[in-house]
Amino acid sequence: MTMTTTKAPATAMPNALTSGKLPKYSPLWLLAGAFALSIAIFAVVDAAGGEAFNWAGMAVLAVVLFCVLIWLISRLVEGGRKATDRLVTALVSSAFAIALVPLISVTYTVIVKGVARFDLSFFTESMRNVVGAGGGALHAIVGTLLITGMATLISVPIGLLTAIYLVEYGRGRLARGVTFFVDVMTGIPSIVAGLFAFALFALLFDDPGIRFGFGGAVALSVLMIPVVVRSSEEMLKLVPNELREAALALGVPKYLTVLKVVLPTSIAGIITGVMISIARVIGETAPLLIIAGFTASMNYNLFAERMMTLPVFVYNQYASQGTDAQAYLDRAWTGALTLILIVALLNIIARLVAKFLAPKGLR
Amino acid sequence: MTTTVAAPAITAKERPGDRVFSTLTVVASSLILAVLAAVAIFLVAQSMPAFVAESDDFKGDATNFWSYVGPLVFGTVWSAALAMIFAVPLAIGVALFITHFAPRRIAQGLGYVVDLLAAVPSVVFGLWGIGVLAPALQPYYANLTEWFGWFPLFAGPVSGTGRTILTVAIVLAVMVLPIITAISREVFLQTPRLHEEAALALGATRWEMIRMAVLPFGRPGVISGAMLGLGRALGETMAVAMVLSPATIISFALVQSQNPTTIAANIALNFPEAHDVGVNILIATGLILFVITLGVNSIARYIVGRRKAFSGAN
Repeated sequence: MTMTTTKAPATAMPNALTSGKLPKYSPLWLLAGAFALSIAIFAVVDAAGGEAFNWAGMAVLAVVLFCVLIWLISRLVEGGRKATDRLVTALVSSAFAIALVPLISVTYTVIVKGVARFDLSFFTESMRNVVGAGGGALHAIVGTLLITGMATLISVPIGLLTAIYLVEYGRGRLARGVTFFVDVMTGIPSIVAGLFAFALFALLFDDPGIRFGFGGAVALSVLMIPVVVRSSEEMLKLVPNELREAALALGVPKYLTVLKVVLPTSIAGIITGVMISIARVIGETAPLLIIAGFTASMNYNLFAERMMTLPVFVYNQYASQGTDAQAYLDRAWTGALTLILIVALLNIIARLVAKFLAPKGLR
Repeated sequence: MTTTVAAPAITAKERPGDRVFSTLTVVASSLILAVLAAVAIFLVAQSMPAFVAESDDFKGDATNFWSYVGPLVFGTVWSAALAMIFAVPLAIGVALFITHFAPRRIAQGLGYVVDLLAAVPSVVFGLWGIGVLAPALQPYYANLTEWFGWFPLFAGPVSGTGRTILTVAIVLAVMVLPIITAISREVFLQTPRLHEEAALALGATRWEMIRMAVLPFGRPGVISGAMLGLGRALGETMAVAMVLSPATIISFALVQSQNPTTIAANIALNFPEAHDVGVNILIATGLILFVITLGVNSIARYIVGRRKAFSGAN
């Protein structure tokens, strides 16, 4: 008897924790409703106007509808402060959705348009004596690999040694100066790096029209070194000081401590950083356009003659379309797809390296 | 008679390996400073002839170097500023979404998705801008001039291809978005947990907590991230060179077919055919671009550095 009498008011009284609040999933239902309403409106309008269904307009209207509705309803039920909170949540979420639109659009377009020429001859032929359809990007792929490889050979020793200096040795003004100027170097526009390489070699060889692959490698190094320094520095800083102290306490010389203890501990992170820096510069177009130039033939020699690279190939196919424009556009898009695949591959390898080379017990 | 014998100072044996290795690292570090100095010196050396060039050395109707570079500087700054107007609010929103609104478990993955945008080469963005974005936006530009043509920014006649400075600004915004987002995300994550919890415990909603605790704390970081993005937008070459239909004019109109071009795009478009003093003129414009981005980046780094020193949040 007493049980029932005490329970009755409990059920009748509203739950203090949820009263005055919208149900948990109401924003989702509202969002679905807004989309349904927007689809209906656009279906009617577009059908009446005899136009194709406008997806972008529909999405924009739906999001605006949702923002207005959630603010109004929340304001009526929950009050002004909560309504503002809900409105901001809606806006911030749609900001993220907007940021995804170009990513999806770029990926989709590159894949759809890139498969047109994604065939064997694209990877086995150069553009020598090709007018119109056919031909391939072998010369550009070889050039990209050579120039980027050379840039890596230049940048990794310098970048890694600088990072070691900053973390292990650097004190005082030189270290502060290097830190600051490495940061400044990160901000050098890529085209300025190309102009620098051109100015340097044009003066050195006294050739005002100089174009060769090694110059491109130097230009890319200017862009790559700061990235390598930054990432290696971060990784070296992660090595616990106890390891260094233990080695030094055992009488190990400092340089061996660095080479045998610090570097092996952080090698996974350093390789990852190098991979990501390669991925960053492999897509650079502007500096190579200036110092490596463009050509339609194979060139395996970094130190003489113009050298084609994949990004410049893409630009060049687009910029100088012949009479059969579609063939040039197809090659451009396939080049873009190849470029993106290479970058993606480098990123994936970087992540795998980070995962499998990481020292045991650190994570 | 107890005399305290001073312990002989123990000095470690100087090993040749140590010498060599530490010298190597110092050389590598100095090399970086030397490279930066070389960039400045060679650019200056090669651009000297441009400053005294005759008026018929310039393309167009410029009479001296400064009247040649003026419209280019304007175009560079104007397109980058427009890109910032789009990118900064969006980046702050995305960073807030990843750090404070998205479910914890997928937040990191979402951050990685945005970073993917940074992995797309600029020439691909150029292709996309001219092949997809420009045609898609053109009808809206037409509407814009039709309805808001009285407003100077949207004055007609509208561009028939959509290759306008507004399209360029949108492409640039997409390209700098990951940089600004990444830095904003970092600083938002560094907000002291206790500040956030204190705000929530006092009854603040999530947005009020962000406004009171997260945004004031993260403001310097967001500003420096925006400056770094601005530096990138100022120097971006290929996307602008491919998308924009250029002219040497100073005009604020957003959707016309005559658009002010940027320094970087101008170099990329004209360098392959340039000769004699024309090369020096282009290098000189590059020097101007270098100085502008150097200034912007130094300010950004200064803001970051100052904050690191005094906040203790690193």
